[in-house]
Formats: sequence, structure tokens, C-alpha cells
Amino acid sequence: MRTRLLQSAAITGIAAALSAGAAQADELTLCWAAWDPANALVELSKDFEAQSGHKMSFEFVPWPNFADRMLNELNSGGKLCDLLIGDSQWIGGGAENGHYVKLNDFFDKEGISMDDFAPATVYAYSTWPKGTPNYYALPAMGDANGWFYRKDWFERDDIKAAFKEETGRDLAEPKTQLELLEIAQFFQGREIDGETRYGAAIFTERGSEGITMGVTGALYPWGFKYENTPGSYDMEGAVNSPEAVEALEFYKTFYETATPPGYSDSYMEQGLDAFKSGQVAMAMNWFAFFPGLYADPNTGGENIDFFVNPPQNQAGSTLGGQGISVVAYSDKQDAALEYIKWFAQPAIQATWWELGGYSAHNSVLQDPGFIDSAPFAGDFLEAMNDVQDFWQEPAYAELLLSMQKRVHDFVVADQGTAKEALDKLIEDWTEVFEDEGKL
Amino acid sequence: MASPIKRAKGLSDRAIAWLFVGPSIFLLLAVNIFPLIWTINLSFTNFKANRNRDVEYIGLRNYERILTDSDTWLTMQATAHFLFWTIFFQVLIGFALAYLINKKFKGNDLWTTIIVLPMMLSPAVVGNFWTFLYQPQIGLFNYMITFFTGGDPSSFSMIGEVALAPWAIVIVDTWMWTPFVMLICLAGLRSIPDSIYEAAECDRASKWRQFWTITIPMVLPFLMLAVLFRGIENFKMFDLVVQLTGGGPGSTTEVTSINLKREAFEKWRTGYASAYAVILFVTVFGLASIYVKALNKVKDR
Repeated sequence: MRTRLLQSAAITGIAAALSAGAAQADELTLCWAAWDPANALVELSKDFEAQSGHKMSFEFVPWPNFADRMLNELNSGGKLCDLLIGDSQWIGGGAENGHYVKLNDFFDKEGISMDDFAPATVYAYSTWPKGTPNYYALPAMGDANGWFYRKDWFERDDIKAAFKEETGRDLAEPKTQLELLEIAQFFQGREIDGETRYGAAIFTERGSEGITMGVTGALYPWGFKYENTPGSYDMEGAVNSPEAVEALEFYKTFYETATPPGYSDSYMEQGLDAFKSGQVAMAMNWFAFFPGLYADPNTGGENIDFFVNPPQNQAGSTLGGQGISVVAYSDKQDAALEYIKWFAQPAIQATWWELGGYSAHNSVLQDPGFIDSAPFAGDFLEAMNDVQDFWQEPAYAELLLSMQKRVHDFVVADQGTAKEALDKLIEDWTEVFEDEGKL
Repeated sequence: MASPIKRAKGLSDRAIAWLFVGPSIFLLLAVNIFPLIWTINLSFTNFKANRNRDVEYIGLRNYERILTDSDTWLTMQATAHFLFWTIFFQVLIGFALAYLINKKFKGNDLWTTIIVLPMMLSPAVVGNFWTFLYQPQIGLFNYMITFFTGGDPSSFSMIGEVALAPWAIVIVDTWMWTPFVMLICLAGLRSIPDSIYEAAECDRASKWRQFWTITIPMVLPFLMLAVLFRGIENFKMFDLVVQLTGGGPGSTTEVTSINLKREAFEKWRTGYASAYAVILFVTVFGLASIYVKALNKVKDR
């Protein structure tokens, strides 16, 4: 009897000790889009689990539904996500609607300095109002829209000769947007190895953000501006400038003369499929996919190379990428902050890059060996110097949907002129800013 | 034990009736009438469900914006095109199929089952796999068309071209829902007693005459019911079209419910979307009321 009592007392004691431990170890949920880098982050986070004792679970949503799903979650004050790697354009809404925890005090306390991260990424992923030292996220994943091409085709003598004959130039990575189009048109409908190939896969998706992300890749190099003076919401003459009109017309010509048939509603996945199946000579897509593309056994390795979105009047790339934020509705904010502290360490950032994530930490980017660490590393650095992002206003979703509609109407549905499309876009945006009380 | 029974006995008939009906009325008010009134209330405001800011009453501004916006009329036109042609084809083909199946040949039950299959699939699945069938380079649809007409299968894109996309969604909806119309027509055809046809034979009425004076009038109430169901369903069409075209190219296939969803749950213009919903509600309610009146008249005949 005595031993029984002792035993049960011991068991109770152990159970109590265990439950006390469990109270400290939290289960954190991190939310992000379902794509290659997310898998790398799962790998990386195992180290955090081992160090902190917290358990990580992940909620990854496919890109076309990512914004819809996550913004609904935030708007309803949901507790699903403790940590959120939210898209760069959400930062305004995240800050103003109180979805994200402001991180300034935490950064000061833990000695995390934003000077340790690439300035473009801090500006784009962390600050609201833009450029002020008010931080709502830590730069987690640098990204931009870039290009890749079939190096094996570009190096074939018969193709090179045919290109020289048609254009009088040597076939090489394009130096301007117009050269890009010329190369794409050269490959359009061309027979290579007995199959019909096409120029390039570009973004034309209507439902979420696809065509806007694609067309800005042309608009920015032509010199497109959202406002005449930053912060003034004065768009007449900026959004519909002659350069913007030219760029929009360029994108339409590209769509009509240099993309595979039926690519009227394609985004990341469709573009990757087109390239990997050998349909196209070139494709635009986010740098995030480049490690996966390079590793592809058929179209990767020796057969692929990468280039930055070519300049036209100036250099310019469309910004992708995200910062990591702590959700204000989470009950486990302390553990979530612990994760950010762990993630910000230079050693972890270095592993992050090795695993296929794009670190924005200076210790990684400025490392002498960085440029040679991957065939696209140098391009990535170059692209991040000239990135531009869409509006990051709290009303960004409205602004984006208007642009999706106006651009798709013109480029894919062939309605009206480029000038009319941009004029209508200004009307839409003016209405949004009026409703916001900013005009 | 005795007292509650006594008390229940003491209740008047009217009170007992209220006791039974009360919960249903309460539920109806809570989940149906209250949201409706609240929506009407919101439609006069600038409320946005994702923003914590003061809500202002802005009068009829939302209604003015919607009704003067040329884009609203474009989505209405897209919806009308979709509604008219899907119902037209579904009634035509559905009735023809029902008429043939009703001939009671060997294996007609098997054929009924096969024909009814598409209706049992989820609209999202149907939308998704028809994007593959419509794919210009590998899709079966383009291959079949060019097999008969000649030419290059990848020379046209059902989903990507402005002229073809509205028909692409009509074809898929017709493929999916014709069986439904067929089933209802079949029920109508089977409800006609043979004796009427026999009497007509005695009067030497031709088959053609029998069809127009017996079959059609007696099936008409069923047919009209099918049209009502399909009409209401297709006015609300969302999932199939979203999966198939996403409203594109441009806004060619952006039917009203897609437009409304974007305003309400992507742009979060709750006030504006409420006004939009009220306008749609009035439209559908008005049209349906007129239609039901006509339906009742046909039934009375």
C-alpha cells in the first residue's frame, strides 16, 4: 500500500513537472504561401524547435488564394496564425488596422538593428508609413521578378545563326525590354527538336495579382510613377504618362506576339509549367523559384540561365518578397517574438540562403562569396537595387483589383486604348482615395 | 404531474399555435429578415468591414455610383447573356433528351444514369477540368472542333478570347445542367396518361398535332419550373465561372455574383456591396414574382 502511494505520488509529481514544461513550450503556427521557399523554412525551423522547445506548425496557402484567405483571417481577428509572412503590400493595412504588432521596442530590447538588412527590403517589407522608422515586420524573404531562359538553345549554332540572320544581332541575354521582345518573337512558333516552341511565358492572370505584377515589369523600366510627388496622390500625368502608355502597349504586343497560345490567365505555376515542359524559350517569374528551376533535372543546370528584368529608359524590377510579422490577435506573442529573434541571427540567415530562402541580411548579401554561391545570386543583388513596389496603402486590395481589371481589359481582352485604360485606372484610384479621405 | 397538463389544457388554441410556430418565426427573423434589414441599413453607409473607422451615412451615394457605373451594366449584360443562352440550350436539349428517353427503348434506364452523371459533379471540379479540355494545345475540345473543321487546334482559345469566352461558360453550364432539365421534363412526360393519346388517335389527330396540343401544354408547367430553378441558380452563378475563366478575359465573363464578391470580400467595400446586393435582390425578386404568377396561370389551365 505504501509503495502504491509513493508510486502514485511520484507519477503525479512527474505529471505536474511535465505540464509545467508544457506551459512554457508553445505550439506556434506560421502562415505563408505554399511555394518552394516555404518548404525550406520548414527545414530551417527545426533548429528553432530544438533550441527553444516550442513546436512549429505551418499553414501554407496556394498563391492565388493566399491574400484572400489571410486577409480574411486578419480582418476577422482570427487566432490561426501567430506568425505571418504577409505580402509586402499588406503592411499598410496590417499597421493601420492593428493586425500586426509594432516591433520597435522589441528590436531595441533585443539589439536587432534594421541597419543590418538591405535598405530596399527594410523600406518595402517593414516600414509604415513608408520610409519612417516604424517597423511592423522583419525582412524575411527578399524577392523580385526576374527572367530565365533556355541556355542550351541560346548556345546552339543553328539557332544563333538564324537569329543573326533575322535581326543582325548576336543572340544573347537582352539588354533592353525591346531586345527582350525581339528575342521572344524570334522563338515564337519556331521549330526546335521537332516541336513548336514559343517566345516567353509572362504573367496574365486575372483573379489575384498576376497581370499587375507582370505589367509593372514593363512599366517601371519605362519610368512609370504612381504619383507626381510621393505622398500627394496626384496621379494625373504620372500614371498615364506617355512612357506608361508606351510600356502598356509594349506588354500587349508581347502578349499578342510572343506568348504560347492560351496563356490568357497564367501566373507563377503556369509559367513554370510552360518552361519546364519546353514550350517557351524564356519566362518571367519570382527569384524565389530560381533554386528549384536550377535543380530541375531536364531544364535546369547547364540548360538554364538567369537575367534581371532588362532596363529601358531606366532600370526597374517588380518587387516581390515578404516580411515576417507577429499577429496582434495571437495569444503566444512572446514565443512568436522569440522566433523572430532567432530568425534574425546572421548564422540562421546564412543557412536560410543555403536552403533556398532569400535572406535580406547584409551579412549574407555582402559576403564576398555570395555572388558565386548560386548562378542567380548576382542577378538577385542587382535586381534588389532597383525594385519598386505597388501601392502599400491600407486600401491596396481595391487599388490592385482596379489595376487587374483595367490592364486585363486592355492587354488580353483588347478593349480600348492604353491611354484610356490608364485614364480609367486613375478614375478608379481617385475614387478609392476619396473614400479613404486622402483626396 | 397533473398540474402542467392542466396548465397546457388551459392554453388557448391560438397560444399553442404560437408556441409551435414561434421558434421557426424567431429563426426566420434572426437568420433571414434581420440580415436583410441590416444590409439595407448598411447600403446607405460607407462602412468597410476590414477597417475600424467611423461609419458615416452617405444617403443614396452608393446606389448612385452603382447605377451610373457603365461597368455595372457590362456585368449585367454578361449575366443576361449567360442566363438566356444556358436556359435556351438546356430547355431545348433537355426536352429533346427527355422525349427520346421516354420512348422506353431497351436500356433507357442505363442511358438516363449516364446522362445524369455531369450533374452530380461539383461545379468547382467541373470548372477546373474544363480549363484542361479547353486548353488550346492539349485540350480535347479544340482537337475535336478542328477534327471536323480542319485547321490548327491551337489557333483559337475558348477561354482566352473575348468572342469565345462567354460561349465557353455557356457550353460548360449546359453540359452540366441539361440533365436536370431532362429529369424534370421526363417527370412531366411520364405524368401524361396514355388514355389522352388514345382518345386523340380515335379523333384521327396527327402525331404532330398530338405533340403540340397534348404533350407541350401538359409538360409546360414542369418546363417552366425547370426554367425558374435554372434561372435562379444561374443568376447566382459563381464557382464554375471563377474556376473556368476567373471573370476574364478582361471582364468579359465577370457575371454579377463574381463582381459582387470582389466588391464585398476582396475590396471590402461593405456599404457599396450591400447596396449592390439590395439592387440584385429587388431585380431577382421582381422577375421571379412575375414569373411565378405566369407559372400559376399555366398550371390553372
